[in-house]
Amino acid sequence: MSASLLSLRGVRKTYPGPGRGAAPKVVLDGVDLDVTEHECVVLIGASGSGKSTLLRVIDLLEEVDDGQVLLDGVDVADPWVDANAARARMAMVFQQYNLFPHLRVLDNVTLALRLVHGRGRAEAAASGLAMLEKVGLAHKARAYPDELSGGEQQRAAIARALVGAPELLLLDEVTSALDPELVGEVLDLLVALRDEGTTMVVATHEMGFAREVADEVVFLHDGQVHERGTPAQVLDDPQRERTRDFLRRLR
Amino acid sequence: MTDWQPSELAREREAFRRTQRRRALAVATVATAVVVGAVAYVVATAPGWERARQAFFSPERAVEVLPEVAEGLLLNLRVWVVASVVGLVVGLLLAVVRTSRLPALFPLRVLTVVYVDVFRGVPVLLVLLLAGFGLPALRLEWLPVSAAFLGGLAIVLTYTAYLAEIFRAGIESVHPSQVAAARSLGLSRGQTVRRVVLPQAVRNVTAPTASTLVSLQKDSGLISILGAVDAIRAAQIATTGDYNFTPYVVAGLLFLLLSIPLTRLVDAWSARQGWRGRLRGVSGGGVIR
Ligand SMILES: Nc1ncnc2c1ncn2[C@@H]1O[C@H](COP(=O)(O)OP(=O)(O)O)[C@@H](O)[C@H]1O
Ligand SMILES: [Mg+2]
Repeated sequence: MSASLLSLRGVRKTYPGPGRGAAPKVVLDGVDLDVTEHECVVLIGASGSGKSTLLRVIDLLEEVDDGQVLLDGVDVADPWVDANAARARMAMVFQQYNLFPHLRVLDNVTLALRLVHGRGRAEAAASGLAMLEKVGLAHKARAYPDELSGGEQQRAAIARALVGAPELLLLDEVTSALDPELVGEVLDLLVALRDEGTTMVVATHEMGFAREVADEVVFLHDGQVHERGTPAQVLDDPQRERTRDFLRRLR
Repeated sequence: MTDWQPSELAREREAFRRTQRRRALAVATVATAVVVGAVAYVVATAPGWERARQAFFSPERAVEVLPEVAEGLLLNLRVWVVASVVGLVVGLLLAVVRTSRLPALFPLRVLTVVYVDVFRGVPVLLVLLLAGFGLPALRLEWLPVSAAFLGGLAIVLTYTAYLAEIFRAGIESVHPSQVAAARSLGLSRGQTVRRVVLPQAVRNVTAPTASTLVSLQKDSGLISILGAVDAIRAAQIATTGDYNFTPYVVAGLLFLLLSIPLTRLVDAWSARQGWRGRLRGVSGGGVIR
């Protein structure tokens, strides 16, 4: 077995409780996770179970209270590590797209290429256009995000995430904000990425999609990994009561 | 595409809308005529109208004083341009400092808060008097003591504080998820502020910024109380000795001549911006019945 690209060890994350004196809310309570190259790990769990928080912790958008976030064996949760450099190796796609509204689609895609990866204007534009072509949006390169449909915006956000050739792609319920008939176009794209061997951690409520792409399914409950295994194990033959409850309610 | 001919229904609706538009135009015309007529009647039948007309609207006097007042206006214009540029640049910097969380900026942040609180809270007139009469008393050799300079300085100090607050509101109006998206791509803190937060912040506050600049243009007239010969002071000088106040009216018209195009210019500029932002659904969605 090859070494993990990403490992979480005993990750703990709390948010301050509401109001003064309230007890802090424990969202992640000692989470371990391993993601090897070309692997796809799917996070499932009830709303509020901490899937987004876990992804934000991995992408260093949240500071952990305790535990390690190892990227290629280096603990990037250490405050003395260059977080910008670590973040540039990963890419996140958000539930609400979070495109930059003041930039055209192409400029959304090329911003980080130019500012973070040091590409020249022409080179960045060429790579950006190629990536937009790949997600089927080359004809919208000069449009502003608010001129796109939800599915198009999310595909643009995926292009923006992919263009820097990230080693690890983080997807946070990327189809949850979409109209049902637009979900397919985004999922198809993700399946294609998966088939190319993109390493991904995916939070989703789309169980069919999870079954299709996951190497490992991780069920989060009460801030902990409650059950994990192959899709066949976790989704079709869950061993624990909570997992069964959760899956039953989804149906 | 099917070959479309408007149906009977569509033609009927269009005819109805046309009638409505004609009626709206007629109503607007009559209403305007009534209002203008009423005002003219009240003014013209007022017992003092003849005297007032001569004292405030004498065409000969207006032509006479126009050169002096216009020359004074040049000073207002200079104060306005300089104060706008300094206010915009420094105001933006102050807003960034105030919203940043860099520990090294802590002392600056405190200064910013104090500065904004003081200059937003003290009347412009008072700032003008203090700057105009207080600063020369210090006898600093390097400090110009002309009324125009000190007056301009007071205006800059006050308006920079206003603009800083507007920009701060703009920065705070940018959703945190925009910062998350930028940082997630690997952008540094500074790059995120410059390339993602500030462009959106500035666009979000174009309207209040523009109206503050118009207001600054008017308040540039306040430097006249220090004796700087701007349009207002020039008009005041022209009225001494006789009881004809036409120069004030001339000055007022000249100020309008500046501020109206200015507002239109800003409107046109923000409409030309490709990003219509949050107003899109309201302004671009067609007229809602
Ligand atoms: N910034 C925050 N401050 C306080 N509580 C938060 C914050 N973000 C998330 N939470 C809480 O953490 C829990 C997990 O949230 P989240 O990770 O978004 O769950 P999920 O993505 O699985 O729905 C929720 O109870 C939520 O209310
Ligand atoms: Mg979530």
